[in-house]
Amino acid sequence: MRKFFADKDRVLSVVLVLPSILAVLIFIYGFIGWTVRVSLSKWKGLNPDYTWNGLTNYINLFSDPRFAVDVRNTVIFTSVFVVGTILLGFFLAVLLDQGLKGEGFFRSLFLFPMAISYIVTGVVWRWLMNPATGTRTSGFNLLFSYLHLDFLQNAWHTTPTWGIAAVALAAIWQMSGYTMALYLAGLRAIPHELREAAQIDGASDLQIYRFVILPLLTPVTLSALIILGHMSLKVFDLIIAIAGKQLPLDVPAIYMWQTTFDGLFYGRGAAISILLLISVAVLIIPYIIYTLRTETFK
Amino acid sequence: MNRLRFSKNFLYVPLVFMAIFYLIPLYVMLVTSFKSFAEVDLKTMWNLPAGIHFDNFIEAYSKLAPSLWNSFAMVIPAAVLSSMLGSLNGYIFAKWKFRGADLIFPLILFGMFIPYQSILIPLVQFMNAVGIKGLVGLTLTHIIYGIPITTLTFRNYYASLPQELLEAAKIDGADLLKIYRHILLPISIPSFVVVLIWQFTSAWNDFLFAVVLTGNKDWPITVALNNMAGSQIIAWNVQMAGSLLTALPPLLVYILAGRYFLRGLLAGSLKG
Repeated sequence: MRKFFADKDRVLSVVLVLPSILAVLIFIYGFIGWTVRVSLSKWKGLNPDYTWNGLTNYINLFSDPRFAVDVRNTVIFTSVFVVGTILLGFFLAVLLDQGLKGEGFFRSLFLFPMAISYIVTGVVWRWLMNPATGTRTSGFNLLFSYLHLDFLQNAWHTTPTWGIAAVALAAIWQMSGYTMALYLAGLRAIPHELREAAQIDGASDLQIYRFVILPLLTPVTLSALIILGHMSLKVFDLIIAIAGKQLPLDVPAIYMWQTTFDGLFYGRGAAISILLLISVAVLIIPYIIYTLRTETFK
Repeated sequence: MNRLRFSKNFLYVPLVFMAIFYLIPLYVMLVTSFKSFAEVDLKTMWNLPAGIHFDNFIEAYSKLAPSLWNSFAMVIPAAVLSSMLGSLNGYIFAKWKFRGADLIFPLILFGMFIPYQSILIPLVQFMNAVGIKGLVGLTLTHIIYGIPITTLTFRNYYASLPQELLEAAKIDGADLLKIYRHILLPISIPSFVVVLIWQFTSAWNDFLFAVVLTGNKDWPITVALNNMAGSQIIAWNVQMAGSLLTALPPLLVYILAGRYFLRGLLAGSLKG
């Protein structure tokens, strides 16, 4: 009798998850396959055209000056964003780990930008980073002049070549609370005895952080690197909100969107998106496998 | 001891300094939004408003109102349905591992990290082909692409529950659905709150899906705000009020339920 129920339930369990599994198979893997097919086609224009084109769309991207700008911008953005977010997040987590009064308040404060849309962040930062000069100076530049820090005034996201780094500042503002939360959770998981033992051995606070805590936080740093890294490869809305579709601040995600839906060059758009997917997959797949393998519960 | 206390209090200096950095954009949004039109000037953007005026809000609301309601109409069903789906999936992946489940689960997880550009062309083609347009299509999209994260969050929670809980119920004759309804569902409320908040926030804040799947009439608020900011006609002060309006619903959720928000955040990095 019990066996009968178990079999019935076994079938039912599969039936219940089947719609979701099918949805994932179709809408994620099927669609990725479809995009790959589009990227190998000559489709340019309103009507689908699946004429075989080999790797032409990919090859053309590598000699495309716009794509070169995208790669450069992605590298600059990723470096500034990932390093800035990790350093700032770690700094905040260590500050909050000192058992100060009002810790909860500060923690909530550092995290609130996470709840906001990149579009909102972008619209506000666009005005904060207003590059206008002379009597029309405003935003941060105006604040710097109030504080007699005029030497800090700059053209922000309109700076040639490095403008994208200013966009990364807004992204750091938005995401550093997240790394702070990751590090704080990591710090809280370190047993107190370890620090006490190091203290008894005569280690200074700085030495404890350098030789005890930092090595124990390596897994946190690794996850933060991967999560932030894959986010910066996908950066899109923030740039759109700050600068619209300006070539100097172009990234692959924007190029794909524009060439596909404005330029109707589906073949090229698909090729860009597949390159984007591959770069994300290289980071994420080992991460998923590693995380599932080291899981405490099975 | 005294020296230690002094040095600890000294830590408030960087803390307050950082707090100011995080508050600056919020400050500018707030003070600008509450200024009267007469007061608005980029040259005095850091000054406090002379009084509380709602000119900017009224103007922003008149421009964004339809989109604001579109967002609610899309986000609420998306959040509710995808949490229900996630709970059921999570239960089965945690407690009823069928053959192949260990292979399928990571495949599902990968779906939450992909750049959505890589499925965007087929998605638009598909939605057009089946004739699901606008808000309904957008809601459906958020439900489908929400499956990975909602399944993960619930699975992690259910997996942390002792297997004995289920065994005991099974011996008492409860079947798969009864165990779910009478044992797991009642203790899943916190996970539901986490997932509901997470899905609400990410669907509300989404821009990419919205901009390709909806037109003028059913734009959610993020798209409407971005278009408002991109136009030369609408003054920056109204843009600030519009930004505040767009940010407010997820911010309120964060203020009211920050703890749950944080858990969703950590789940998103697979660290449930």
